[in-house]
Amino acid sequence: MSGVTRRSGASALLLPILSCALVLAMLVSVTIGRFDIRLADVVTILSSKLISMPSATWDGMAETVVMQVRLPRIFAAVLMGFGLSISGAALQGLFRNPLVDPGVIGVTAGAGFGGTLAILLGIGGYGLLVIAFGFGIASVVFVKFLASVGGRTSMLTLVLAGVVISAFFGAAISIAKLLADPFQKLPAITYWLMGSIASVGYADLILLCVAILPATIIIYMLRFQINLMSLGEERAQALGAPVATVRWTVLLATAMISAGVVATSGIIGWVGLVMPHVARAMVGANHGRMMPVCGVLGAIYLLLVDNLARTATTAEIPLGIITALIGVPVFAVILRKLQAGGGWGGD
Amino acid sequence: MIEVQDLVVSRGGNTILDGCSFALQKGGILAVLGRNGIGKTSLLATLVGTVAPDRGTCRIGGRPGYVPQLFNVPFSYSVLDIALMGRAARIGLFGSPGKQDYEAVRRLFALMKISDLEDQTFNTLSGGQRQLVMIAQALASECDLLILDEPCSALDYKNQSVVIDLLYSLCHDHGITIVFTTHMPQHAIEIATDALLINGKAAFIHGPVDAVVTSDNLSALYDVRIAQANFVGSDYFTYMPVLRQDR
Repeated sequence: MSGVTRRSGASALLLPILSCALVLAMLVSVTIGRFDIRLADVVTILSSKLISMPSATWDGMAETVVMQVRLPRIFAAVLMGFGLSISGAALQGLFRNPLVDPGVIGVTAGAGFGGTLAILLGIGGYGLLVIAFGFGIASVVFVKFLASVGGRTSMLTLVLAGVVISAFFGAAISIAKLLADPFQKLPAITYWLMGSIASVGYADLILLCVAILPATIIIYMLRFQINLMSLGEERAQALGAPVATVRWTVLLATAMISAGVVATSGIIGWVGLVMPHVARAMVGANHGRMMPVCGVLGAIYLLLVDNLARTATTAEIPLGIITALIGVPVFAVILRKLQAGGGWGGD
Repeated sequence: MIEVQDLVVSRGGNTILDGCSFALQKGGILAVLGRNGIGKTSLLATLVGTVAPDRGTCRIGGRPGYVPQLFNVPFSYSVLDIALMGRAARIGLFGSPGKQDYEAVRRLFALMKISDLEDQTFNTLSGGQRQLVMIAQALASECDLLILDEPCSALDYKNQSVVIDLLYSLCHDHGITIVFTTHMPQHAIEIATDALLINGKAAFIHGPVDAVVTSDNLSALYDVRIAQANFVGSDYFTYMPVLRQDR
């Protein structure tokens, strides 16, 4: 029966079940790849890092692959899937529009340009991260500046400003590509923009943690306020919500997440758009229940996508391509369902 | 309870209300009537505090609770989720509803006899049920003053009667002051103590409902002949428009 929100028993168990599934998926993911490692060895290697295990033995090569190659990558996929899904859920609530994702507020394009610029200037590593991050946050500030007229910001002008800023940075990326050396830097830029976590190391993981964890905690703490905002700003204000504070806190927190993701791995779209719909279908729309489920689902999803990316062919497929290939048809289905259900809550 | 003096309200650069004044006693019910787009909703928004007046004063002796015109929410919230949002003013920026919030809302549901709707999805309810849930949401804020924007529009007769009955009992049994807008003079006659007719941005008629809601005033207000209609066999009456000009 679709008219009943499933809140009781089953939905209380859903989050623990999904969390176990995530841990299991992470363990299995370590075994996947061209270098063959058994699950038992993975468990032994990981356990030996936590407790001393003098009697156990394992291949030294296997340890290097697990600890230096696969584990950082798996953690990165999990963190990014978690962060992107939660920021998508928060933005959809804030804009009261289920077709919004982190790209809408311009931060993805801004951070993308920052990274492109860094590659063009020959800056790599942490320098690239910092520049991409800086441009991502700057694009939100630009969007805020464009969208505020006489001290007031409407959601519509905010979305339009996001589109404008995205178009601007899109053009800027094209200029950077045009100027880039076509034999070395242009391929680097193009490949980076497609989104990949093949080269993620522990330094990138730290940056991902810094960008994603505090921001998702803040967003989760605002769960009730996001519920209020999804009724519309005037209504939220009439109910006593501090509308401006909530709006900008959520925007900055989601910008932080997207900028962190783009800075470490390029542009990975569609995760933040699709996952909230799956979570809502499972536990209803209340952001307090929905966002944790959404985050864990997103983590599992991006992890599986990354496994696919590194094993489907001998050459690695960029993540952004696979998330788009899966995301677009799902999006089309959602769009048609929403239209059949009578629109998606514009005024 | 409400004291409005020389209120001037504009939206988007246009003056909508110019020099509106009225007062309403605690425990009174004020019906606001006027054509579409004349400024009824803007007046309510000023009373609630979401629109600031350009000039004049608007004093409210208590906490207002607002029930907007019937609307859909973009997501599938449960009825309980929607009503709990009414507790916003009692829940901090980083908080979420606690045990006492759930208890307060469930008490209201019991009072309004809608406890069985609790787990249903708000958007799947009928218009009348949605209106009751929105009233529950406003009451959940423990307001002293209920402000409703066309609470009976788009409702069938039975649901109109349920809502009008509820408003009457909230006022008489629970001492809640009520302001509502309507297009049906009968709603005003049946439950309101006072009426405010808005006939233009600077043309207001305010007073006790019997003195203000008359066929002459209503005819001028809606620019169509409105006649008194008596209920056969009782001394109740209402006002109805005469829609064909040739009669």
